[in-house]
Amino acid sequence: MDNKVARRIRDVPPSGIRKFFDIASEMKDCISLGVGEPDFDTPWNIRESAIYSLEAGKTHYTSNHGSTELRKAILHYLDMRFGLKYDLNQIVVTVGASEALDLAFRAIIDPGDEVLVPLPSYVAYMPGVSFAGGVPVPMHLQECDNFRITPQALTAALTPKTKAIVVAFPNNPTGAIMTKEDYETIADIIIEHDLVVISDEIYAELTYGTPHFSIAALPGMAERTIVINGFSKAFAMTGFRLGYAAGPKPLLDAMVKIHQYSMLCASSMSQEAGIEALKSECANDFAQVKKMTAEYNRRRRLMYAGFNEMGLTCFEPLGAFYIFPNISKTGLNADEFCTRLLYEKKVACVPGTAFGDGLENFIRCSYASSLDNLKEALRRIKSFVESL
Amino acid sequence: MDNNALYGEILDLLENDARMSVEDIALMIGVSADRVREAIAHMEQEKIIVKYAAITNREKVASEEAEALIEVKVIPKRGQGYDDLAERIYGFDEVKAVYLMSGTYDLSVIVHAKSMKQISKFVFEKLAVLEGVASTVTHFIMRKYKEQGVILSAKEPEERLVISP
Repeated sequence: MDNKVARRIRDVPPSGIRKFFDIASEMKDCISLGVGEPDFDTPWNIRESAIYSLEAGKTHYTSNHGSTELRKAILHYLDMRFGLKYDLNQIVVTVGASEALDLAFRAIIDPGDEVLVPLPSYVAYMPGVSFAGGVPVPMHLQECDNFRITPQALTAALTPKTKAIVVAFPNNPTGAIMTKEDYETIADIIIEHDLVVISDEIYAELTYGTPHFSIAALPGMAERTIVINGFSKAFAMTGFRLGYAAGPKPLLDAMVKIHQYSMLCASSMSQEAGIEALKSECANDFAQVKKMTAEYNRRRRLMYAGFNEMGLTCFEPLGAFYIFPNISKTGLNADEFCTRLLYEKKVACVPGTAFGDGLENFIRCSYASSLDNLKEALRRIKSFVESL
Repeated sequence: MDNNALYGEILDLLENDARMSVEDIALMIGVSADRVREAIAHMEQEKIIVKYAAITNREKVASEEAEALIEVKVIPKRGQGYDDLAERIYGFDEVKAVYLMSGTYDLSVIVHAKSMKQISKFVFEKLAVLEGVASTVTHFIMRKYKEQGVILSAKEPEERLVISP
Protein backbone atom coordinates (compact mmCIF):
# COMPACT_ATOMS: atom_id res chain seq x y z
CA MET A 1 0.00 0.00 0.00
CA ASP A 2 3.05 2.28 -0.09
CA ASN A 3 1.73 3.96 -3.18
CA LYS A 4 -1.38 5.06 -1.31
CA VAL A 5 0.57 7.26 1.07
CA ALA A 6 0.25 10.92 0.15
CA ARG A 7 3.24 12.30 -1.70
CA ARG A 8 3.86 15.16 0.70
CA ILE A 9 4.13 12.63 3.56
CA ARG A 10 6.30 10.20 1.60
CA ASP A 11 8.65 12.99 0.62
CA VAL A 12 9.49 13.86 4.23
CA PRO A 13 12.59 11.90 5.29
CA PRO A 14 12.43 9.71 8.42
CA SER A 15 13.66 11.21 11.69
CA GLY A 16 17.43 11.18 12.16
CA ILE A 17 16.90 10.27 15.79
CA ARG A 18 15.18 6.95 15.19
CA LYS A 19 18.30 4.89 14.43
CA PHE A 20 20.04 5.87 17.65
CA PHE A 21 16.91 5.35 19.63
CA ASP A 22 16.65 1.76 18.41
CA ILE A 23 20.26 0.90 19.25
CA ALA A 24 20.40 2.73 22.58
CA SER A 25 17.10 1.29 23.78
CA GLU A 26 18.49 -2.25 23.49
CA MET A 27 21.82 -1.46 25.12
CA LYS A 28 22.53 -2.19 28.78
CA ASP A 29 24.45 0.38 30.91
CA CYS A 30 24.02 2.97 28.21
CA ILE A 31 24.08 6.57 29.41
CA SER A 32 21.80 8.68 27.33
CA LEU A 33 22.49 12.34 26.65
CA GLY A 34 19.78 12.15 24.04
CA VAL A 35 16.81 12.97 26.15
CA GLY A 36 14.77 16.01 25.20
CA GLU A 37 12.69 16.26 28.35
CA PRO A 38 13.30 17.31 31.96
CA ASP A 39 14.53 14.56 34.28
CA PHE A 40 12.63 16.10 37.19
CA ASP A 41 9.29 14.67 38.21
CA THR A 42 6.32 16.98 37.82
CA PRO A 43 6.01 18.92 41.11
CA TRP A 44 3.63 17.06 43.40
CA ASN A 45 1.14 19.92 43.86
CA ILE A 46 0.60 19.87 40.10
CA ARG A 47 0.13 16.10 39.93
CA GLU A 48 -2.11 16.22 42.97
CA SER A 49 -4.38 18.79 41.36
CA ALA A 50 -4.82 16.52 38.32
CA ILE A 51 -5.78 13.64 40.62
CA TYR A 52 -8.20 15.85 42.48
CA SER A 53 -9.79 17.05 39.26
CA LEU A 54 -10.56 13.43 38.35
CA GLU A 55 -12.07 12.80 41.78
CA ALA A 56 -14.13 15.95 41.47
CA GLY A 57 -15.49 14.72 38.15
CA LYS A 58 -13.92 17.40 35.98
CA THR A 59 -13.77 14.99 33.08
CA HIS A 60 -15.89 16.76 30.46
CA TYR A 61 -15.02 18.66 27.33
CA THR A 62 -13.86 22.18 27.97
CA SER A 63 -14.40 25.13 25.64
CA ASN A 64 -12.51 24.72 22.33
CA HIS A 65 -10.28 27.58 23.39
CA GLY A 66 -9.48 25.83 26.66
CA SER A 67 -11.00 26.37 30.10
CA THR A 68 -11.58 30.00 31.00
CA GLU A 69 -9.71 29.66 34.26
CA LEU A 70 -6.64 28.28 32.52
CA ARG A 71 -6.71 30.95 29.83
CA LYS A 72 -6.97 33.64 32.50
CA ALA A 73 -3.96 32.14 34.24
CA ILE A 74 -2.06 32.08 30.94
CA LEU A 75 -2.93 35.74 30.23
CA HIS A 76 -1.67 36.74 33.63
CA TYR A 77 1.49 34.68 33.22
CA LEU A 78 2.36 36.01 29.75
CA ASP A 79 1.90 39.57 30.94
CA MET A 80 3.77 39.15 34.21
CA ARG A 81 6.67 37.18 32.73
CA PHE A 82 7.16 38.61 29.25
CA GLY A 83 5.05 41.77 29.10
CA LEU A 84 2.71 40.23 26.48
CA LYS A 85 -0.91 41.37 26.61
CA TYR A 86 -3.77 39.39 25.10
CA ASP A 87 -7.53 38.98 25.45
CA LEU A 88 -9.15 35.72 26.47
CA ASN A 89 -10.20 35.03 22.87
CA GLN A 90 -6.63 35.37 21.65
CA ILE A 91 -5.51 32.18 23.37
CA VAL A 92 -6.00 28.55 22.45
CA VAL A 93 -4.99 25.73 24.75
CA THR A 94 -3.56 22.79 22.80
CA VAL A 95 -2.33 19.23 23.17
CA GLY A 96 1.26 20.22 23.76
CA ALA A 97 3.07 23.05 22.04
CA SER A 98 3.42 20.54 19.17
CA GLU A 99 -0.26 20.81 18.32
CA ALA A 100 -0.07 24.59 18.51
CA LEU A 101 2.78 24.52 15.96
CA ASP A 102 0.83 22.25 13.65
CA LEU A 103 -2.24 24.48 13.93
CA ALA A 104 -0.19 27.56 13.18
CA PHE A 105 1.28 26.00 10.02
CA ARG A 106 -2.06 24.72 8.82
CA ALA A 107 -3.83 28.00 9.57
CA ILE A 108 -1.55 30.19 7.48
CA ILE A 109 -0.04 28.06 4.72
CA ASP A 110 -1.47 27.88 1.21
CA PRO A 111 0.07 25.38 -1.23
CA GLY A 112 3.52 26.55 -2.23
CA ASP A 113 3.89 29.20 0.48
CA GLU A 114 7.40 29.34 1.85
CA VAL A 115 8.15 29.34 5.55
CA LEU A 116 11.61 30.22 6.84
CA VAL A 117 12.95 27.75 9.36
CA PRO A 118 16.14 28.40 11.34
CA LEU A 119 18.62 25.51 11.28
CA PRO A 120 19.77 23.96 13.51
CA SER A 121 16.46 23.62 15.26
CA TYR A 122 13.88 21.25 16.62
CA VAL A 123 13.04 18.39 14.24
CA ALA A 124 9.35 19.15 13.72
CA TYR A 125 9.39 22.53 11.96
CA MET A 126 10.45 21.42 8.48
CA PRO A 127 8.11 18.40 8.30
CA GLY A 128 5.30 20.44 9.88
CA VAL A 129 5.47 22.99 7.09
CA SER A 130 5.58 20.24 4.46
CA PHE A 131 2.61 18.38 5.94
CA ALA A 132 0.62 21.62 5.72
CA GLY A 133 1.45 21.87 2.01
CA GLY A 134 4.07 24.60 2.37
CA VAL A 135 7.70 24.72 1.42
CA PRO A 136 10.14 24.94 4.34
CA VAL A 137 13.14 27.11 3.52
CA PRO A 138 16.12 26.77 5.84
CA MET A 139 17.97 29.74 7.28
CA HIS A 140 21.42 28.39 8.06
CA LEU A 141 22.58 29.85 11.36
CA GLN A 142 26.28 29.90 12.16
CA GLU A 143 28.26 28.99 15.25
CA CYS A 144 30.24 32.24 14.83
CA ASP A 145 26.94 34.16 15.14
CA ASN A 146 26.16 32.24 18.32
CA PHE A 147 23.45 30.44 16.32
CA ARG A 148 21.26 33.56 16.26
CA ILE A 149 19.16 34.66 13.30
CA THR A 150 21.07 37.49 11.64
CA PRO A 151 19.70 39.94 9.05
CA GLN A 152 22.02 38.25 6.52
CA ALA A 153 20.71 34.75 7.21
CA LEU A 154 17.15 36.00 7.01
CA THR A 155 17.60 38.06 3.85
CA ALA A 156 19.44 35.23 2.08
CA ALA A 157 16.43 32.94 2.49
CA LEU A 158 13.70 35.43 1.55
CA THR A 159 11.81 35.09 -1.73
CA PRO A 160 8.56 36.68 -2.96
CA LYS A 161 6.80 33.50 -1.82
CA THR A 162 7.94 33.78 1.82
CA LYS A 163 4.90 33.98 4.06
CA ALA A 164 6.17 33.26 7.53
CA ILE A 165 9.23 32.80 9.68
CA VAL A 166 9.75 30.40 12.55
CA VAL A 167 11.81 31.65 15.48
CA ALA A 168 12.70 29.23 18.24
CA PHE A 169 14.69 30.57 21.18
CA PRO A 170 15.94 29.41 23.61
CA ASN A 171 16.88 26.86 21.00
CA ASN A 172 16.87 23.11 20.84
CA PRO A 173 19.52 21.80 19.97
CA THR A 174 22.02 24.68 20.33
CA GLY A 175 20.98 26.32 23.60
CA ALA A 176 21.20 29.70 21.82
CA ILE A 177 19.02 32.61 22.88
CA MET A 178 18.04 35.86 21.15
CA THR A 179 17.94 39.09 23.14
CA LYS A 180 15.77 42.12 22.52
CA GLU A 181 18.65 43.75 20.65
CA ASP A 182 19.13 40.64 18.51
CA TYR A 183 15.46 40.65 17.52
CA GLU A 184 15.56 44.37 16.74
CA THR A 185 18.08 43.68 13.99
CA ILE A 186 15.59 41.50 12.09
CA ALA A 187 12.26 43.08 13.05
CA ASP A 188 12.28 45.69 10.29
CA ILE A 189 12.93 43.08 7.61
CA ILE A 190 10.06 40.97 8.93
CA ILE A 191 7.69 43.93 8.87
CA GLU A 192 8.89 45.14 5.48
CA HIS A 193 8.14 41.74 3.95
CA ASP A 194 4.90 41.43 5.90
CA LEU A 195 5.79 38.02 7.36
CA VAL A 196 3.88 36.09 9.99
CA VAL A 197 6.14 35.09 12.90
CA ILE A 198 5.69 31.73 14.59
CA SER A 199 7.65 31.98 17.82
CA ASP A 200 8.21 28.70 19.65
CA GLU A 201 9.04 29.75 23.21
CA ILE A 202 8.70 26.39 24.95
CA TYR A 203 12.09 26.83 26.70
CA ALA A 204 11.35 30.41 27.80
CA GLU A 205 11.74 29.63 31.51
CA LEU A 206 15.05 27.87 31.04
CA THR A 207 17.60 30.64 30.57
CA TYR A 208 20.85 31.19 32.40
CA GLY A 209 21.68 34.79 33.14
CA THR A 210 19.66 36.62 30.49
CA PRO A 211 15.89 36.40 30.99
CA HIS A 212 13.84 35.33 27.99
CA PHE A 213 12.61 38.04 25.64
CA SER A 214 9.66 37.35 23.33
CA ILE A 215 9.81 38.79 19.83
CA ALA A 216 6.10 39.59 20.22
CA ALA A 217 7.03 42.25 22.77
CA LEU A 218 8.70 44.40 20.10
CA PRO A 219 6.63 47.25 18.61
CA GLY A 220 4.67 46.12 15.56
CA MET A 221 5.28 42.45 16.27
CA ALA A 222 2.39 41.27 18.46
CA GLU A 223 -0.06 41.81 15.58
CA ARG A 224 1.88 39.41 13.32
CA THR A 225 3.25 36.90 15.82
CA ILE A 226 1.85 33.61 17.02
CA VAL A 227 3.50 32.92 20.36
CA ILE A 228 3.67 29.23 21.19
CA ASN A 229 4.46 27.99 24.64
CA GLY A 230 3.57 25.14 26.96
CA PHE A 231 4.05 23.41 30.26
CA SER A 232 6.40 20.56 29.35
CA LYS A 233 9.81 22.11 29.90
CA ALA A 234 9.18 24.81 32.51
CA PHE A 235 7.13 22.60 34.83
CA ALA A 236 8.44 19.15 33.84
CA MET A 237 5.03 18.15 32.47
CA THR A 238 5.88 16.50 29.13
CA GLY A 239 3.41 13.62 29.51
CA PHE A 240 0.52 15.96 30.27
CA ARG A 241 0.70 17.19 26.67
CA LEU A 242 -0.35 20.74 27.43
CA GLY A 243 0.56 23.82 25.44
CA TYR A 244 -0.97 26.97 24.06
CA ALA A 245 -0.77 29.62 21.39
CA ALA A 246 -1.50 33.33 21.64
CA GLY A 247 -1.67 35.77 18.79
CA PRO A 248 -3.67 38.15 16.63
CA LYS A 249 -7.35 37.26 16.60
CA PRO A 250 -7.78 36.44 12.88
CA LEU A 251 -4.94 33.90 13.02
CA LEU A 252 -6.11 32.49 16.36
CA ASP A 253 -9.65 32.12 15.05
CA ALA A 254 -8.30 30.14 12.12
CA MET A 255 -6.26 27.91 14.43
CA VAL A 256 -9.27 27.33 16.68
CA LYS A 257 -11.30 26.36 13.63
CA ILE A 258 -8.88 23.50 12.93
CA HIS A 259 -8.50 22.63 16.59
CA GLN A 260 -12.26 22.34 17.17
CA TYR A 261 -12.65 19.79 14.38
CA SER A 262 -9.45 17.85 14.97
CA MET A 263 -8.77 17.88 18.71
CA LEU A 264 -11.82 19.59 20.21
CA CYS A 265 -9.97 20.46 23.40
CA ALA A 266 -6.89 19.54 25.41
CA SER A 267 -7.49 16.92 28.10
CA SER A 268 -9.44 18.37 31.00
CA MET A 269 -7.24 16.95 33.77
CA SER A 270 -4.12 18.31 32.11
CA GLN A 271 -5.78 21.71 31.95
CA GLU A 272 -6.54 21.52 35.68
CA ALA A 273 -2.90 20.65 36.33
CA GLY A 274 -1.88 23.60 34.19
CA ILE A 275 -3.99 25.97 36.27
CA GLU A 276 -2.26 24.77 39.41
CA ALA A 277 1.18 25.06 37.81
CA LEU A 278 0.68 28.68 36.75
CA LYS A 279 -1.19 29.86 39.81
CA SER A 280 1.14 28.32 42.35
CA GLU A 281 4.29 29.45 40.58
CA CYS A 282 3.01 32.99 39.88
CA ALA A 283 2.05 33.32 43.54
CA ASN A 284 5.30 31.85 44.77
CA ASP A 285 7.86 33.80 42.76
CA PHE A 286 8.47 30.78 40.48
CA ALA A 287 10.22 28.92 43.28
CA GLN A 288 9.99 25.46 41.74
CA VAL A 289 10.94 26.69 38.28
CA LYS A 290 13.91 28.55 39.77
CA LYS A 291 15.01 25.48 41.67
CA MET A 292 15.01 23.37 38.52
CA THR A 293 16.74 26.09 36.50
CA ALA A 294 19.44 26.47 39.14
CA GLU A 295 20.12 22.75 38.90
CA TYR A 296 20.26 22.81 35.09
CA ASN A 297 22.60 25.76 35.30
CA ARG A 298 25.07 23.83 37.46
CA ARG A 299 25.04 20.93 35.06
CA ARG A 300 25.39 23.32 32.13
CA ARG A 301 28.59 24.73 33.58
CA LEU A 302 29.92 21.23 34.23
CA MET A 303 29.22 20.15 30.63
CA TYR A 304 30.55 23.34 29.10
CA ALA A 305 33.79 23.06 31.05
CA GLY A 306 34.00 19.32 30.37
CA PHE A 307 33.75 19.57 26.58
CA ASN A 308 36.12 22.50 26.34
CA GLU A 309 38.62 20.69 28.52
CA MET A 310 38.66 17.69 26.20
CA GLY A 311 39.25 20.00 23.24
CA LEU A 312 35.77 19.85 21.75
CA THR A 313 35.13 23.56 21.70
CA CYS A 314 31.59 24.58 22.07
CA PHE A 315 29.47 27.59 21.94
CA GLU A 316 28.23 28.50 25.44
CA PRO A 317 24.55 27.62 25.66
CA LEU A 318 22.46 30.23 27.50
CA GLY A 319 19.09 28.50 27.43
CA ALA A 320 17.21 25.19 27.22
CA PHE A 321 19.11 22.11 28.47
CA TYR A 322 21.33 21.22 25.54
CA ILE A 323 24.92 21.74 24.62
CA PHE A 324 26.08 21.56 21.00
CA PRO A 325 29.81 20.79 20.86
CA ASN A 326 31.79 21.12 17.64
CA ILE A 327 33.47 17.77 16.93
CA SER A 328 35.28 18.72 13.70
CA LYS A 329 38.65 18.32 15.46
CA THR A 330 38.12 14.59 15.78
CA GLY A 331 38.00 14.09 12.02
CA LEU A 332 34.77 12.15 12.35
CA ASN A 333 31.42 13.32 11.09
CA ALA A 334 28.54 13.52 13.54
CA ASP A 335 26.97 10.26 12.48
CA GLU A 336 30.24 8.30 12.78
CA PHE A 337 31.05 10.02 16.06
CA CYS A 338 27.70 9.20 17.62
CA THR A 339 27.60 5.63 16.28
CA ARG A 340 31.10 4.79 17.49
CA LEU A 341 30.58 6.55 20.82
CA LEU A 342 27.46 4.52 21.35
CA TYR A 343 29.04 1.15 20.48
CA GLU A 344 32.47 1.76 22.01
CA LYS A 345 31.58 3.73 25.14
CA LYS A 346 27.84 3.30 25.51
CA VAL A 347 26.98 6.96 25.51
CA ALA A 348 24.07 8.09 23.36
CA CYS A 349 24.13 11.55 21.79
CA VAL A 350 22.23 12.85 18.80
CA PRO A 351 24.15 13.85 15.66
CA GLY A 352 23.72 17.45 14.57
CA THR A 353 22.45 16.22 11.21
CA ALA A 354 19.16 15.27 12.89
CA PHE A 355 18.55 19.01 13.33
CA GLY A 356 19.29 20.11 9.79
CA ASP A 357 21.47 19.52 6.73
CA GLY A 358 25.07 20.57 6.94
CA LEU A 359 25.46 20.02 10.68
CA GLU A 360 27.97 17.16 10.37
CA ASN A 361 30.34 18.91 12.77
CA PHE A 362 28.04 18.99 15.76
CA ILE A 363 26.44 16.68 18.28
CA ARG A 364 23.61 17.49 20.66
CA CYS A 365 24.02 16.50 24.29
CA SER A 366 21.21 16.99 26.74
CA TYR A 367 22.05 17.73 30.35
CA ALA A 368 18.59 16.83 31.60
CA SER A 369 20.15 13.90 33.41
CA SER A 370 21.57 13.26 36.87
CA LEU A 371 24.91 14.72 37.86
CA ASP A 372 26.43 11.25 38.25
CA ASN A 373 25.31 10.32 34.74
CA LEU A 374 26.71 13.50 33.28
CA LYS A 375 30.07 13.08 34.97
CA GLU A 376 30.37 9.48 33.86
CA ALA A 377 29.30 10.41 30.32
CA LEU A 378 31.94 13.16 30.15
CA ARG A 379 34.55 10.69 31.38
CA ARG A 380 33.57 8.19 28.67
CA ILE A 381 33.45 10.79 25.91
CA LYS A 382 36.86 12.06 26.94
CA SER A 383 38.37 8.60 26.78
CA PHE A 384 36.68 8.06 23.40
CA VAL A 385 38.09 11.30 21.98
CA GLU A 386 41.56 10.44 23.31
CA SER A 387 41.39 7.02 21.66
CA LEU A 388 40.87 8.53 18.20
CA MET B 1 29.01 36.65 43.01
CA ASP B 2 28.94 38.04 46.56
CA ASN B 3 29.88 35.83 49.47
CA ASN B 4 26.34 35.28 50.73
CA ALA B 5 25.16 34.11 47.32
CA LEU B 6 28.22 31.87 47.08
CA TYR B 7 27.59 30.38 50.52
CA GLY B 8 23.99 29.70 49.55
CA GLU B 9 25.01 27.92 46.33
CA ILE B 10 27.62 25.82 48.09
CA LEU B 11 25.20 24.85 50.85
CA ASP B 12 22.60 23.83 48.25
CA LEU B 13 25.12 21.44 46.73
CA LEU B 14 26.55 20.08 49.99
CA GLU B 15 23.15 19.56 51.57
CA ASN B 16 22.41 17.30 48.63
CA ASP B 17 25.81 15.59 48.52
CA ALA B 18 28.24 16.26 51.33
CA ARG B 19 30.96 14.33 49.50
CA MET B 20 31.00 16.52 46.41
CA SER B 21 34.54 17.61 45.61
CA VAL B 22 35.67 21.22 45.77
CA GLU B 23 36.58 21.03 42.07
CA ASP B 24 33.10 19.88 41.04
CA ILE B 25 31.46 22.52 43.19
CA ALA B 26 33.66 25.19 41.62
CA LEU B 27 32.81 24.01 38.09
CA MET B 28 29.12 23.96 38.79
CA ILE B 29 28.96 27.35 40.45
CA GLY B 30 31.37 28.95 38.04
CA VAL B 31 33.98 30.28 40.51
CA SER B 32 37.54 29.20 41.28
CA ALA B 33 38.29 26.14 43.39
CA ASP B 34 40.30 28.30 45.78
CA ARG B 35 37.32 30.50 46.42
CA VAL B 36 35.15 27.47 47.15
CA ARG B 37 37.78 26.04 49.49
CA GLU B 38 37.96 29.34 51.35
CA ALA B 39 34.20 29.63 51.61
CA ILE B 40 33.85 26.10 52.97
CA ALA B 41 36.60 26.68 55.53
CA HIS B 42 34.86 29.85 56.62
CA MET B 43 31.50 28.13 56.94
CA GLU B 44 33.01 25.26 58.91
CA GLN B 45 34.67 27.70 61.26
CA GLU B 46 31.47 29.70 61.75
CA LYS B 47 29.47 26.49 62.25
CA ILE B 48 27.32 27.34 59.25
CA ILE B 49 28.32 23.90 58.11
CA VAL B 50 27.82 22.03 61.36
CA LYS B 51 28.73 18.51 60.38
CA TYR B 52 28.96 16.13 57.41
CA ALA B 53 26.63 13.23 58.12
CA ALA B 54 24.93 10.56 56.03
CA ILE B 55 21.19 10.14 55.73
CA THR B 56 20.60 6.47 56.49
CA ASN B 57 17.82 3.95 56.36
CA ARG B 58 18.39 1.73 59.37
CA GLU B 59 15.35 -0.36 58.62
CA LYS B 60 17.41 -2.14 56.00
CA VAL B 61 19.91 -3.52 58.51
CA ALA B 62 18.06 -5.82 60.89
CA SER B 63 18.02 -3.78 64.02
CA GLU B 64 15.97 -3.34 67.13
CA GLU B 65 16.84 0.30 67.27
CA ALA B 66 13.93 2.59 67.89
CA GLU B 67 13.11 6.24 67.66
CA ALA B 68 10.36 8.21 69.34
CA LEU B 69 8.96 11.69 69.27
CA ILE B 70 8.10 12.83 72.78
CA GLU B 71 5.80 15.72 73.50
CA VAL B 72 6.85 17.40 76.73
CA LYS B 73 4.74 19.86 78.69
CA VAL B 74 6.81 22.13 80.82
CA ILE B 75 6.32 24.51 83.72
CA PRO B 76 8.72 27.29 82.77
CA LYS B 77 10.85 28.83 85.48
CA ARG B 78 10.86 32.53 86.12
CA GLY B 79 13.89 34.19 84.55
CA GLN B 80 14.95 31.10 82.64
CA GLY B 81 11.99 30.33 80.43
CA TYR B 82 12.43 27.01 78.67
CA ASP B 83 16.15 27.17 78.03
CA ASP B 84 17.26 25.68 81.29
CA LEU B 85 15.09 22.61 80.97
CA ALA B 86 15.87 22.22 77.26
CA GLU B 87 19.53 22.16 78.15
CA ARG B 88 18.99 19.47 80.75
CA ILE B 89 17.16 17.39 78.17
CA TYR B 90 19.48 17.79 75.20
CA GLY B 91 22.41 16.78 77.35
CA PHE B 92 21.34 13.14 77.20
CA ASP B 93 23.03 11.06 74.48
CA GLU B 94 19.76 9.42 73.53
CA VAL B 95 18.30 12.76 72.56
CA LYS B 96 18.71 13.50 68.84
CA ALA B 97 16.81 16.75 68.66
CA VAL B 98 14.95 19.20 70.87
CA TYR B 99 12.60 21.89 69.58
CA LEU B 100 10.51 24.49 71.39
CA MET B 101 7.03 24.31 69.86
CA SER B 102 3.96 26.47 69.56
CA GLY B 103 0.66 24.71 70.27
CA THR B 104 -0.57 22.28 72.86
CA TYR B 105 2.81 21.21 74.23
CA ASP B 106 6.16 22.90 74.70
CA LEU B 107 9.17 20.79 73.82
CA SER B 108 9.41 18.25 71.07
CA VAL B 109 12.11 15.72 71.86
CA ILE B 110 13.39 13.13 69.37
CA VAL B 111 14.94 10.16 71.13
CA HIS B 112 16.96 7.35 69.58
CA ALA B 113 17.91 4.17 71.46
CA LYS B 114 18.83 0.50 71.04
CA SER B 115 15.28 -0.68 71.65
CA MET B 116 11.78 0.47 72.45
CA LYS B 117 12.30 -0.77 75.96
CA GLN B 118 15.27 1.52 76.42
CA ILE B 119 13.30 4.48 75.20
CA SER B 120 10.53 3.72 77.68
CA LYS B 121 13.13 3.45 80.39
CA PHE B 122 14.65 6.77 79.36
CA VAL B 123 11.25 8.45 79.52
CA PHE B 124 10.24 7.29 82.96
CA GLU B 125 13.65 7.27 84.56
CA LYS B 126 15.20 10.39 83.08
CA LEU B 127 12.77 12.63 81.29
CA ALA B 128 9.43 12.50 83.09
CA VAL B 129 11.03 12.91 86.47
CA LEU B 130 12.89 16.11 85.65
CA GLU B 131 11.83 19.05 87.71
CA GLY B 132 9.68 21.32 85.55
CA VAL B 133 8.34 18.53 83.30
CA ALA B 134 4.59 18.50 83.80
CA SER B 135 3.77 15.61 81.46
CA THR B 136 5.04 13.57 78.49
CA VAL B 137 3.40 11.80 75.59
CA THR B 138 5.60 9.30 73.77
CA HIS B 139 5.03 8.48 70.09
CA PHE B 140 7.15 5.67 68.68
CA ILE B 141 8.11 6.10 65.03
CA MET B 142 6.88 3.02 63.24
CA ARG B 143 8.11 3.67 59.75
CA LYS B 144 10.04 6.41 57.98
CA TYR B 145 8.79 7.40 54.56
CA LYS B 146 10.82 10.52 54.01
CA GLU B 147 13.90 11.75 55.85
CA GLN B 148 15.46 15.18 55.37
CA GLY B 149 13.82 15.61 52.02
CA VAL B 150 14.71 12.14 50.74
CA ILE B 151 11.98 9.58 50.06
CA LEU B 152 13.21 6.34 51.63
CA SER B 153 10.73 3.93 50.09
CA ALA B 154 11.08 5.37 46.60
CA LYS B 155 9.51 3.38 43.82
CA GLU B 156 11.50 2.45 40.75
CA PRO B 157 11.49 5.47 38.47
CA GLU B 158 9.31 5.34 35.38
CA GLU B 159 11.32 4.54 32.29
CA ARG B 160 11.98 7.52 30.10
CA LEU B 161 12.49 7.33 26.37
CA VAL B 162 16.22 6.89 25.85
CA ILE B 163 16.31 9.44 23.06
CA SER B 164 13.67 12.01 22.32
CA PRO B 165 13.61 15.05 20.06
